[in-house]
Amino acid sequence: MNQKNIDNIIELSNELRWQIGDDFHDNLTEGIYADAADIVKDTVQVDHSKKRFRLDSKIDKIVTSKTFGFPIMFLILGTVLWLTIVGANYPSSLLANLLLDNIHPLLKSGAASIGMPWWLDGFLIDGVYLAVAWVIAVMLPPMAIFFPMFTLLEDFGYLPRVAFNLDSLFKKSGAHGKQALTMSMGFGCNAAGVVATRIIDSPRERLIAIITNNFSLCNGRWPTQILIATIFIGAVVPSSISSFVSLLAVIGIAVLGMAFMFTVSWALSKTVLKGEVSTFNLELPPYRPPRFWKTIYTSLIDRTLIVLWRAIVFAAPAGAVIWLISNIYIGNESIASWAISSMDGFGFLLGLNGVILLAYIVAIPANEIVIPTILMLTVMVTGISGGEGAGVMFELDSMNATGDVLRAGGWTLLTAINLMLFSLLHNPCSTTIYTIYKETKSAKWTIFASIMPVILGFVVTFLVAQFWRLFI
Amino acid sequence: METKVKSACDTCAHFNADGLKKLGIHTDNFDFVVALAGNPNTGKSTVFNALTGLRQHTGNWPGKTVTRAEGGFEYNTQKFKLVDLPGTYSLLSTSEDEEAARDFILFGKPNVTVIVVDANRLERNLNLVLQILEITDKAVLCLNLMDEAKRNNISIDERTLARDLGIPVVPTSARFNQGIPELIQTISEIANGTIICKPHRIKNVPDNIEKAVKTLAAEIEKEFPNIPNSRWIAFRLLEGDTQIINALKAGELV
Repeated sequence: MNQKNIDNIIELSNELRWQIGDDFHDNLTEGIYADAADIVKDTVQVDHSKKRFRLDSKIDKIVTSKTFGFPIMFLILGTVLWLTIVGANYPSSLLANLLLDNIHPLLKSGAASIGMPWWLDGFLIDGVYLAVAWVIAVMLPPMAIFFPMFTLLEDFGYLPRVAFNLDSLFKKSGAHGKQALTMSMGFGCNAAGVVATRIIDSPRERLIAIITNNFSLCNGRWPTQILIATIFIGAVVPSSISSFVSLLAVIGIAVLGMAFMFTVSWALSKTVLKGEVSTFNLELPPYRPPRFWKTIYTSLIDRTLIVLWRAIVFAAPAGAVIWLISNIYIGNESIASWAISSMDGFGFLLGLNGVILLAYIVAIPANEIVIPTILMLTVMVTGISGGEGAGVMFELDSMNATGDVLRAGGWTLLTAINLMLFSLLHNPCSTTIYTIYKETKSAKWTIFASIMPVILGFVVTFLVAQFWRLFI
Repeated sequence: METKVKSACDTCAHFNADGLKKLGIHTDNFDFVVALAGNPNTGKSTVFNALTGLRQHTGNWPGKTVTRAEGGFEYNTQKFKLVDLPGTYSLLSTSEDEEAARDFILFGKPNVTVIVVDANRLERNLNLVLQILEITDKAVLCLNLMDEAKRNNISIDERTLARDLGIPVVPTSARFNQGIPELIQTISEIANGTIICKPHRIKNVPDNIEKAVKTLAAEIEKEFPNIPNSRWIAFRLLEGDTQIINALKAGELV
């Protein structure tokens, strides 16, 4: 290769570029389209004689219409959630029965028979094992139902229609329309939602999508919302409509999360992440009947098990920490009760309590262990019977029993509402934080994305608590 | 794991089913690299899964493949590494995914490029096909979603299409594994040089541009006698594509 010849070639190209003028790009593109048209003319034949029923466009007219688009969207979301809630109950209690009521005592007696010291036995079996068992029992059934249903919708082709419906809202908030897709992924798992933002080309809009993905209520948080809504909100209405009202409350929280996503996106795009909204083409693909079993299989392997495994990896050390802080004493007090009493004042301001705040701190690794941790800590603090020992997570047989423990811990309707709000508005779990760092490669934005929702949560719960105490 | 393709082609003399092994993600010591390109939502990932036996999740929304997926298969004791490129409509602009796809075809020098198109939207898909054919001369057109085309009463004259494009055309319905054995056979024949492609070159350009391109391409060929895509490089130089200019200077294009 001769460098001089190469320079000559480039020189020549510069000269020729002058000669052929500005229209080169357009001429070339037109040339390609003309070629394509020629080829298609000779090879493709469409039989117009058979009347085609355009089912796709008929469906699209309805699901993307101004009148029905949003109601249908919420109806589908509601149905998916309802099926998840109802369907997960039975396998969840089955798993809890197996892992917590049967295997756990077995492990305990096994440990006792080989003479394992009490602290090792407590640390491993009451701490690590129970946390993992809880995560599996609480998280696996709803995920195994939610993800396949979501995947079926995805394969059917509904998601691009959601993006189409939400596009104008995202545009108004200065964000990318494809954020609707990453938001939907976030309903399953925020870490997955953050990875999915790679489909957004503009770095500015991608960053907005990453930071606000946490406002999609994820799988780890659905069970908390459902449990608390059922116990406290369902209880204030007649029992005939209580399950419907609890479902509405949960959907209300999810919609509130979407409202926060839009507001924060808007605020970001007006301040630190200024810029133009980029335009993009969204192709509405044809509806395709999903291949049912194949979809079930891939979504179980691809999503459910991977997300579950990640949760287990992070839950195990959290269980260990919970056991340790409840069993290590400084003076007469365990670290846990010391932390709870020192946070109670701040918790009261927010309409919460020290137990909830501590539970959220130790549950940073995995949101799904918040409720069992709260129960365990409440029993420890109030000294009522029901627990199995300090630092041991447990499950109560019924929602009523859970409600009784929580009420004994001083919970009111306000505590419940604020817990639901705080569950929506707090830092992402550690898996998501780590994923945000991997995707943005920026410590600054990772810290911002982690701290901002907590601050929002503090502000919102504080305001709600003050209003509540003034007026109700 | 040996997975046999379940179709009538199993028994066809042209397809050696016993010679096929889907290798999943194990792609060490491969003999050939195969790139999978195409518009978004044409079922590239489904074709990818059908070829490799992998179960990469496929979604019915454009832009599903955000990361470059790799997998492999073994056919007649030769190992093929398959790279699933992000779906793009064109290679002429400079968004990140288009650049990733273009760079791989240009610099990765795949032994075969499989261009997956939606049979229902052939005309729009040809835009990308014609651009790819300017870059590489070892390509096969995978005419996918034939089942939907049939439902839409679209019939395609594959022989004429293959003659016009100068590359083999294989109709498939990857979702149902139809046409995949023929595709594998064709990939293998192109890789081994049994099939020689004479790809279509863009014709409908104004005379003054065609003359400029010819002059420039001749100069490029003088310097690099065996280059398959002198015309495309000429296009890019005339466009003033700095990345290509730098690549040419650094000798990365050969």
